[in-house]
Amino acid sequence: MARHDHELVRLSAAALAEKLSSGEISAVEATDAHLDRIAAVDEEVHAFLHTAPELSRRTAAAIDERRRAGEVLHPLAGVPIAVKDVIVTNDMPTTSGSKILEGWVPPYDATVMTKLRAAGLVPIGKTNMDEFAMGSSTEHSAYGPTHNPWDLERIPGGSGGGSAAAVASFEAPLALGSDTGGSIRQPAHVTGTVGVKPTYGGVSRYGAIALASSLDQIGPVSRTVLDSALLHDVIGGHDPRDSTSLTDEWPSMADAVRRGDVKGLKIGVIKELDGDGFQAGVLERFREALDLLAANGAEIVDVSLPSLEYAIAAYYLIMPAEASSNLAKFDSVRFGLRVNPPGGGTVEDVMAATREVGFGAEAKRRIILGTYALSAGYYDAYYGSAQKVRTLVQRDFAAAFAGVDVLVSPTAPTTAFKLGANTGDPMAMYLNDIATIPANLAGIPGISLPVGLAREDGLPVGIQFLAPAREDARLYGVGGALERMLEQKWGHTLISQAPDLAPGEMNAAQEGAV
Amino acid sequence: MAAAKLMDFDKALELFEPVLGFEVHVELSTKTKMFSDAPNFFGGEPNTNITPVDLGLPGSLPVVNGEAVRYSISLGLALGCSIAPSSRFARKNYFYPDLAKNYQISQFDEPIAFGGSVDVELPDGRMFTVPIERAHMEEDAGKLTHVGGATGRIQGAEYSLVDYNRAGVPLVEIVTDIIYGAEADAPELAKAYVATIRDIVVALGISEARMERGNLRCDANISLRPRTAPGEPPAPLGTRTETKNVNSLRSVERAIRYEIQRQAQILADGGTITQETRHWHEDTGTTSAGRPKSDADDYRYFPEPDLLPVVPSAELIEELRAALPEPPAARRRRLKQEWGFTDLEFQDVQNAGLLVEVTSTVEAGAPPAAARKWWSGEISRIANARSAEPASLVSPADVAALVTLIDSGALNDRLARQVLEGVIDGEGTPQEVVDARGLAVVSDDGALIAAIDEALAAQPDVLAKIKDGKVQAAGAVIGAVMKAMRGQADAARVRELVLERAAAD
Repeated sequence: MARHDHELVRLSAAALAEKLSSGEISAVEATDAHLDRIAAVDEEVHAFLHTAPELSRRTAAAIDERRRAGEVLHPLAGVPIAVKDVIVTNDMPTTSGSKILEGWVPPYDATVMTKLRAAGLVPIGKTNMDEFAMGSSTEHSAYGPTHNPWDLERIPGGSGGGSAAAVASFEAPLALGSDTGGSIRQPAHVTGTVGVKPTYGGVSRYGAIALASSLDQIGPVSRTVLDSALLHDVIGGHDPRDSTSLTDEWPSMADAVRRGDVKGLKIGVIKELDGDGFQAGVLERFREALDLLAANGAEIVDVSLPSLEYAIAAYYLIMPAEASSNLAKFDSVRFGLRVNPPGGGTVEDVMAATREVGFGAEAKRRIILGTYALSAGYYDAYYGSAQKVRTLVQRDFAAAFAGVDVLVSPTAPTTAFKLGANTGDPMAMYLNDIATIPANLAGIPGISLPVGLAREDGLPVGIQFLAPAREDARLYGVGGALERMLEQKWGHTLISQAPDLAPGEMNAAQEGAV
Repeated sequence: MAAAKLMDFDKALELFEPVLGFEVHVELSTKTKMFSDAPNFFGGEPNTNITPVDLGLPGSLPVVNGEAVRYSISLGLALGCSIAPSSRFARKNYFYPDLAKNYQISQFDEPIAFGGSVDVELPDGRMFTVPIERAHMEEDAGKLTHVGGATGRIQGAEYSLVDYNRAGVPLVEIVTDIIYGAEADAPELAKAYVATIRDIVVALGISEARMERGNLRCDANISLRPRTAPGEPPAPLGTRTETKNVNSLRSVERAIRYEIQRQAQILADGGTITQETRHWHEDTGTTSAGRPKSDADDYRYFPEPDLLPVVPSAELIEELRAALPEPPAARRRRLKQEWGFTDLEFQDVQNAGLLVEVTSTVEAGAPPAAARKWWSGEISRIANARSAEPASLVSPADVAALVTLIDSGALNDRLARQVLEGVIDGEGTPQEVVDARGLAVVSDDGALIAAIDEALAAQPDVLAKIKDGKVQAAGAVIGAVMKAMRGQADAARVRELVLERAAAD
């Protein structure tokens, strides 16, 4: 059993799906294998805030029943998936990593959950995150940090550290994340996994607890590019409940991965994200990947996006401004935590006491920043100016894409840093997202995939590709192609080099086999 | 709280010029709410007509109701406004428990309609043009019920209940420009303006427009400025108050009159007006201080990132423009002529706020004179006695049916009044009340002759008097017959029969 589990959990979602549809394994077996893995390693990793083993097994059993009855199921039916706790689920608590929502079970499902369930995927739990997706390390979770499976002393990235760590530690083959300024891509970078931020409007936001509405986007998290594409094909598409969702007909992202080829592709290296402030080992792996792309027929050129210099500053006005308004609803009146001040008080007193206790320091910091930025007399100087920078960033991208097919940069400046290293320095923490934020400001899609381990610390390094809005398939094509080249060169996947978190599990299996 | 000192109205007008401004909120009668697919039905069990969107649950998102947009464009066009080719929603941020998200989705710097005017007819027939600054779309808040206090108000209450059924009901807020020159007509103008808005939205069919139910709500802004000598520049505008909770046409007029008198007295005594909201109290006919309201209230407006701009096509706007009903003033002129009413008769109907009811009754088949007679007569009398709005008592269709029964001879006026009471008391349609109460007029000669015989037996000298030319003596017999038949006799036929008998005698 345990040995079988150990192999099952290492399969990609695509490979697992094949075994499921061929009948070689059942959905219940696949679910049990991952639940066992969670039981074995999550005490150390802490990727999950909530699992519901019985519920997941029942869901899986229902899939098996339908398959036995001869129903034609979606190719991913029966594949387990972890869900970032920012996404509302009507059968599991949803906290967005905050004390203020502790124990809240939403009365409705996010649109992406409805789509996952319709396709027969099996939700196996809710993953940890920085409170309200505010952070780059998952250390701002009200429920304790998640640990990087490559080195448990290090951060798994954020805000979606839980989803990235879950797939990196083989607790789930797939996960959902959300990306407001890099919360899918930066965790992928530091955990040696794949993460995609779709085009703004490509995936419904209905049921994603908003951080910054004009920047948020739900996207896939996985260990392979194909797996992300398969998940993207399930969750993407128009949703009448999200007014900002695009009405486009989307091509198959999975097909784009399978057909991916870089021959003749023009790739622009963003000059502003290549050099100062970037770790040597990160840049080294990045350059090797560029060389590999060039050797396979891509044309590599330098491109400048001068307004990126102001992107972080603009982001840290727009994001908190929207967040300050989005987080106003957490007031104890309708749902979530309620704190009555000693001796009672007015409804305003109760609201204030609840928010004082319920929000963590980072949430309060951003609410205060955002409230200030929107205040009469400051609006033009802060929020107004930031929106102008946003327009400039969008123009820079449009100009750049007139000359190249995709843009490329390291996903983040450094490999995973030690837990606690930046918690006292918000500015240092914010700079983690310097390469990922511009895509959110421009609404364009981005992918991060692993390109190796940094020489100095042996930790994963990711590369980020960006494409024009609506050209998500182009990213999957180039990502899939580079992944194939790298694995051919290495002779293995990068994730197979991650330390085994539960060696005892393997030993037990070997003993059992004797 | 001591009653405020009031200056005599005419004296106040001598010293000060009233400056007005109105914000009228119109609840649109769309099928669903402004931003969710919950039924747009306010009432019933609290917190039943709600979705995650109306409760502002985490993760929920608004979607603009296309029907509400079309209604708003029609209203904007009827107010003579330009329709913005692109308008935007914004978030108005403030914490209040009836506001589920702690921000209201409204329109701020880019309203859907702007720059119009409305011609308003004063009671004496003079026209006054009210300038319209803008009309914008927004969502209503929930409703708070304060429990445990003596007055049902928040002061002294032990706790409050929130009903979110109303949260998200579509509203259009119509904002006037500053209105100068109303002078002593200010109270009547206020009432006539709100009545005109009501007529417009009813004609457009976009709102129930029942003030007593809050479908139409008026916030009345008023300030006074001292008069200056001829040739001198006008004094700067005074500090304004905003009177809320004014939920009948009559209250609008009274509230403006009261505020003019109250403010004038304070200013004349050397005091200053506090910029604040004031609450209108229907029972005492006074206003009381609400919350201070400064121009610096900071709602931290910013464009609503969950919604796209509203970009109506030019074709849609023209289609809605072509479908606009007649403007109220023109319509009134036409109706007055069609109905053959005198100026006084028409103004009576209009000033009583019964134009809609009379029109609907005529449309349902009643002759205009009869429709007017019943609405401004018996129905208004009963409404007065019961402190109700006439329109809330009986439907125009029932009034028309009643008139038809009278005209056919099935009812006389006296019986009809009884039938009307039955209808008002919920006994059914006029015909159903007639059947149930057995109130039809008896014109069967056999029954009438028997009753006449009985009456003549009691008053044997009547026939002789009639023969002597004292025809009015027949009245005594008619009265006796009516009494005997409990009012159900056909009086005209009884008279004919009595006169025939006298001639034959």
